[in-house]
Amino acid sequence: MFTYYLQLGFHSLKRNPLLTALMIFGIALGIGTSMTSLSVFYLMGSDPIPWKSDKLHAVQLDNWSKEEPYRTPNEPPDQVTYLEAKALMEAGKADLQAAMYKVVWPLQPDNAEIKPFSSLGRATFKDFFAMFEPPFKYGNPWDAAQDNEHARVTVVSSALNEKLFGGQDSTGKKVRLNEIEYTIVGVLDKWQPRVKYYDLTNGAFNDSEEYYVPFTTAIELQTRPSGNNSCWESSKPGWDGYLASDCVWIQFWVQLNSQAREDEYMAFLNNYVNEQKKLGRFARPLNNRLPDVNEWIEAQGVVSGDAQIQVGLSFAFLIVCLVNTIGLLLAKFMRKSSEIGLRRALGATRGQLFTQHLVEAGVIGISGGLIGLVLTWLGLMAVRGLYADLYNVARLDWVMVLTAIGLSITAAVLAGLFPTWKACQITPAVQLKTQ
Amino acid sequence: MLKMNHLSKVYRTHLIETHALRDFSIHVREGEFVAVTGPSGSGKTTFLNIAGLLEEFSGGEFWVDGVDVRGMNDDQRSRLRNEKIGFIFQGFNLIPDLNLFDNVDVPLRYRGFSAADRKRRIEETLSRVGLASRMKHYPAELSGGQQQRVAIARALAGSPRLLLADEPTGNLDSLMARGVMELLEEINRQGTTIIMVTHDPELAARAQRNVHVIDGQVTDFDAEPQLRVPAGNDAAVALA
Repeated sequence: MFTYYLQLGFHSLKRNPLLTALMIFGIALGIGTSMTSLSVFYLMGSDPIPWKSDKLHAVQLDNWSKEEPYRTPNEPPDQVTYLEAKALMEAGKADLQAAMYKVVWPLQPDNAEIKPFSSLGRATFKDFFAMFEPPFKYGNPWDAAQDNEHARVTVVSSALNEKLFGGQDSTGKKVRLNEIEYTIVGVLDKWQPRVKYYDLTNGAFNDSEEYYVPFTTAIELQTRPSGNNSCWESSKPGWDGYLASDCVWIQFWVQLNSQAREDEYMAFLNNYVNEQKKLGRFARPLNNRLPDVNEWIEAQGVVSGDAQIQVGLSFAFLIVCLVNTIGLLLAKFMRKSSEIGLRRALGATRGQLFTQHLVEAGVIGISGGLIGLVLTWLGLMAVRGLYADLYNVARLDWVMVLTAIGLSITAAVLAGLFPTWKACQITPAVQLKTQ
Repeated sequence: MLKMNHLSKVYRTHLIETHALRDFSIHVREGEFVAVTGPSGSGKTTFLNIAGLLEEFSGGEFWVDGVDVRGMNDDQRSRLRNEKIGFIFQGFNLIPDLNLFDNVDVPLRYRGFSAADRKRRIEETLSRVGLASRMKHYPAELSGGQQQRVAIARALAGSPRLLLADEPTGNLDSLMARGVMELLEEINRQGTTIIMVTHDPELAARAQRNVHVIDGQVTDFDAEPQLRVPAGNDAAVALA
């Protein structure tokens, strides 16, 4: 019977093309609007590394001023000082660990046809690659010895490799960054986390880096961070003064492969801070934290309150569209009352007619959903055009496609419930006489 | 085939009660062709609607083909209607955007016949009413008489035991009306019981038996033999 109901549904759509078009367009508009904002919202907040997000933890140590917290009510800083980064790296207590910070260096290509340009990079440790798993197209990360030796080595992005070397395997070749030559040891494949969770302090939706160099090398070269830097008291003058200060500017991530390892690491952090307290640092009560990726994204407010309000408003608009569809469906089904009466007379049960009309509503929903998907795609294109920082999250993935279709069918069926119920209450005898 | 004992039908609003049928008793035997006549508003159509299980009745007893319909729920009545009763309406009541094949198909779909069985039945009944060659035509492409023939084919396709016709020739000119009436007579000769509501005394005269209704009561009827008690009912009932 279902195929029969489907046939009747399509037949019914063709019967009143204008009414049908209004209903479908109403649902499509509601779906398009709500799915556009929901897609952005969903991708903003979705797990960027689901297979291990619970194992990756940002390290937060509360070295802030005794007088006031870093952020109310009692949040520890988002980054750590150089002193802590150095100490934690040397301790090596996590399964994997990487301190890192953002650098921007001028890049001077050997190819005279390409003018020097300012280029975004990241100074980090070799574990960065094992922890965040960017895919390698050629070569490998540098090794621990190169970290220790402050080696002039680099891993470059696929885009930079394309720009400088035409996409060829460039491992072993040199690239000049800020007048210093670095040997390329690895070339990444395309890699752009939807949310740049490993450095939210410098923009959650920014592009990934064009190159990566050892942290120790950047420190040796006295490279100041190009990203966020926060201090609660002035640092002493000079590079060494800066490194010895309580200014926080380094992101520190660890990988802990079990809850036990997480507990151990937290105990280690607490011990470390207590030792530092004895040295007159860390004036605030113990407030160390190890949020995992999703907790970190939530704590950093990646999904803003505005985005949530926007989703709420767009769903309110969907409801308005549905109310409109309910009215139109009611009109459509009431116009069919004589046919409904006839079908009842010819032996259709109320249940069969109810199902038939719900299927018809479902057909409208699927049609509206498919057009709504096109509108969603156009909406996301517009978002990408208008808001460059949302370029990576204004995308339609298969979860959103399925959600849109499911939502439109559910919406149309919900919209069809009352008109269908109303239609099934028709007394066949009256309709047959009045036809 | 159809038996009503002291049946009543009352339409109630918060202000008034209207007795559409009162103490209405009738027994139609299998294979009969009964004409129901009476002035407008006498209750003929109410009787036909209750006979066709399209409306519920307020009191009394009612059997269709030996089945007591009291207490049946809506689904049970729909199934009984689908299996045993065919309808022919004054206004033909064809679905305009379905072709003849699909119009005749409607009751068969709800009956659950297989596709092959449905096709065979549709082709047979459309042949029987002389419209097999126009299966793919739409109702608007047919004359009134032809449309009524399609309606008859639709009513017959499920092989009902009882055919209820409400002014089947009311919208037709005399020539077409004669053709439809001849078709109904032929159907009756082949064993289908027919109850026909009509205003037309000439048509009523062609039925085997006439029942005259006034003010919701049977006031005049042709003599009939003592009737048998339907299966499942032990009480001997004196009928109209």
